[in-house]
Amino acid sequence: MEPGHDVVKEHPRLELRGITKAFPGVIANSDVGFEVAPGEIHALLGENGAGKSTLVKQIYGILKPDAGEIVWDGREVDIPNPHTARALGIGMVFQHFSLFEAMTVLENVALGMDDPGKDRTALAKRIRDVSESYGLPLDPAREVHTLSVGERQRIEIVRCLLQSPRLLVMDEPTSVLTPQEVGKLFETLRKLKAEGCSILYISHKLNEIKELCDAATILRGGKVVAACDPKAETARSMAQLMIGAEFRSVARREAGKDTGPVRLTLKGLNMAPEMAHGVPLKNIHLALRGGEILGIAGVAGNGQGDLLAAIAGERKAASADTVTIDGKAVGRSGPAARRKLGLCTVPEERNGHGAVPDMSLTDNAMLSAHKRMGFLKAGFLDKGKSRNFAAEVIKRFDVRTPGTETAAGSLSGGNLQKFIVGREILQKPEILVVAQPTWGVDAAAAATIQQALVDLAATGSAILVISQDLDELLTLSDRIAVINAGALSDAMPAATVSVEEIGLLMGGIHGSPEDAHAKGAA
Amino acid sequence: MALKIEARRQISTRMLYLTPFIAVAATVVAGFFVFMILGSDPVESLYVFFLSPFETKYGFSELCVKAAPLIMIAIGLALGYRANIWNIGAEGQLTVGAVCGGAVALAFWDEAGIYILPLMALAGLAGGALYAAIPAFLKTRFNVNEILTSLMLTYVATLFLSVLVFGPLKDPQGYNFPQSRMFTDSATLPIIWEETRLHLGFVVALAIAVAGWVLLSRSIIGFQIRTLGSAPAAARYAGFDRTRLTWFCLMLTGALAGLAGTFEVSGPIGQLVPNISPGYGFTAIIVAFLGRLHPLGIIGSGMLMALSYMGGENAQINLGLPQAVTGVFQGMLLFFLLASDFLVRYRVRVVKPAVEGI
Repeated sequence: MEPGHDVVKEHPRLELRGITKAFPGVIANSDVGFEVAPGEIHALLGENGAGKSTLVKQIYGILKPDAGEIVWDGREVDIPNPHTARALGIGMVFQHFSLFEAMTVLENVALGMDDPGKDRTALAKRIRDVSESYGLPLDPAREVHTLSVGERQRIEIVRCLLQSPRLLVMDEPTSVLTPQEVGKLFETLRKLKAEGCSILYISHKLNEIKELCDAATILRGGKVVAACDPKAETARSMAQLMIGAEFRSVARREAGKDTGPVRLTLKGLNMAPEMAHGVPLKNIHLALRGGEILGIAGVAGNGQGDLLAAIAGERKAASADTVTIDGKAVGRSGPAARRKLGLCTVPEERNGHGAVPDMSLTDNAMLSAHKRMGFLKAGFLDKGKSRNFAAEVIKRFDVRTPGTETAAGSLSGGNLQKFIVGREILQKPEILVVAQPTWGVDAAAAATIQQALVDLAATGSAILVISQDLDELLTLSDRIAVINAGALSDAMPAATVSVEEIGLLMGGIHGSPEDAHAKGAA
Repeated sequence: MALKIEARRQISTRMLYLTPFIAVAATVVAGFFVFMILGSDPVESLYVFFLSPFETKYGFSELCVKAAPLIMIAIGLALGYRANIWNIGAEGQLTVGAVCGGAVALAFWDEAGIYILPLMALAGLAGGALYAAIPAFLKTRFNVNEILTSLMLTYVATLFLSVLVFGPLKDPQGYNFPQSRMFTDSATLPIIWEETRLHLGFVVALAIAVAGWVLLSRSIIGFQIRTLGSAPAAARYAGFDRTRLTWFCLMLTGALAGLAGTFEVSGPIGQLVPNISPGYGFTAIIVAFLGRLHPLGIIGSGMLMALSYMGGENAQINLGLPQAVTGVFQGMLLFFLLASDFLVRYRVRVVKPAVEGI
């Protein structure tokens, strides 16, 4: 499992030997070993659930390996906690940030450091110096809630850089960035590499890994299945190593196919954010036609959640005619009434929103399908019918579960997602609104879900996909619109729009002058 | 050898139903030491407390008499608790129900007829429900915490009852004692076991438990309640109306507590007095949790808590122990139940210490 280094002049920065970690019912890592050389950008590649996060948590001292050794600069070390990891020179940028929104950048940085020192002015200066020298400009006095997601990530990175790390671990850092922000991040990482800092880069985005990384270790099912030089591989060959099967791609729809009548419209939707520090929805207009897939791109936290809630009826609009389904004004109706009219939705969060974790799949089929599919008899539940429906979803969408009576919460994220998406699709909705249809789903399952969406559109249903995965939107959509700071751009034909154009809209550069200003000043 | 605590991937159903028994066992063990510290023979005391009520027909019937209101109230509470709606004021709703039912009995004091008892029951149901409507309104309209409002209204209800029995509803021939006239036979629940006080209310309580079970497990309302309690966002996603469920749960609990109150005054007590209930409304909270918020479990836990009342009385009479013993045992039971609930979500494993350098 040696990544191809022919000359070993010095000890590797980090070496893992036989790392094994088990949780109840699952072995997350089994005998994992690889090396990261000084100044190397090393990719840790694998599907969701392959054990990548578990592995790096052991390197950073959050979890303790059941067996195996961690060797740092040729010396075996015990890393009982993150404090020790930082003392060794290991920095980590998590996928989910740990920032206090109501505090300033400076305060957040100080809170995350082991020894921030008493002199805050000096620390502020260091933050400014470090952030500028790495091309990550940050104003230490700004409050975090006014920052974009990309800027928030900079705080986490700068916090690590202030401690002069010798190994930087980055867990899926680009999943929340615009294409332009990704480019900037890569510049920073290359600069770090040039200075001799090693980087362990976790991702499942193959093109990024090809572009950035010197070596890759591929995990599948908790084991190292391959080590390769990403520059010598194709994205397709790495995908096959990652999923261990022939990679299926989605049958792309014929462009310019005739679309049907308008099924869903939003006319001037304004809505205050539900969460503190969220962005309000601003004057959103949208017309969704039967037979088309409309994609809404955007960086997380730009109003997607509220937009979905407003369409689903979970949040009500100020007036009824703001939202129409087949011409009927439903802005003041709840989700049940809208579902009756043919609108089904898949929320972003599956556990606790799209499904009840403690309930069986039969009951979770009941949850959203009981009215449309007629699972009620005089106010009483017809469990037989919902069980059959759940069984059909399981079969058609290849949900890996012992049976229909298994609790939804015990399914893996990808399997639960397949169940939820399948549950909505098999209700034959006239309008389907899906948030992050394949988020956290393995490549094979993602293809199944995407194909099902394409097939559903082919039957004449109108489909709206809200996603942060631009590749997915470009694959699926007929038209793409971009949501940024609560405002929605016009929808553009997916066949002709460029990634750069979408990226700029995602960053709010080409929004209306007012929005661009709001973004800049915020 | 070391003990390791691990989170379970899925809650353990086996533990869920096993923990009440663990809690009872732990209470008996702790009770042993409590009696020892109080200076009485622990074995004899435990016998008097837990077993002597079963020895006589009277003891057993009284157990059922006391279990009836506990079961009735706990069923309503359990439905609400399943939906995360925390009615703590069943004692107050019981009191108002008793006042309403009692008022009907007194209004028809010089009449006889089979219609009087159903009318009282209706008045009790309505009184309890309307009293619970106050926290429901405050909760749904102003988002006021129902725990506080329902609890505080309990004291209002108790004082309201006092005002009535010291004033307008006082027995005119009662030598100025603060109590109403004795209810007539038409306003008294029929006895279902001769030579005891066991009344029809016990059968009604069992029927309510079965109905509650069907409602919770088979009806769409029960499904909505379970969803709301388990995953509020999923309930919203499904289009279940939180406001309507809040009203439903609070009013249903209030109605059942009100009915229990009416049954108390028209059964064992037979008149309105300043103290109708020895805290049934509060004890029913323990009953609901000990019964795992499951209607059929509540029948069992209701009998058990009734036993703690009986045992407390017997301990007072036979052992000369203070009445507070009842409260101590009820408290220990709830304490041990909540503590052993840990095992539902976690498991304890014996692990060998890690061997160096595998």
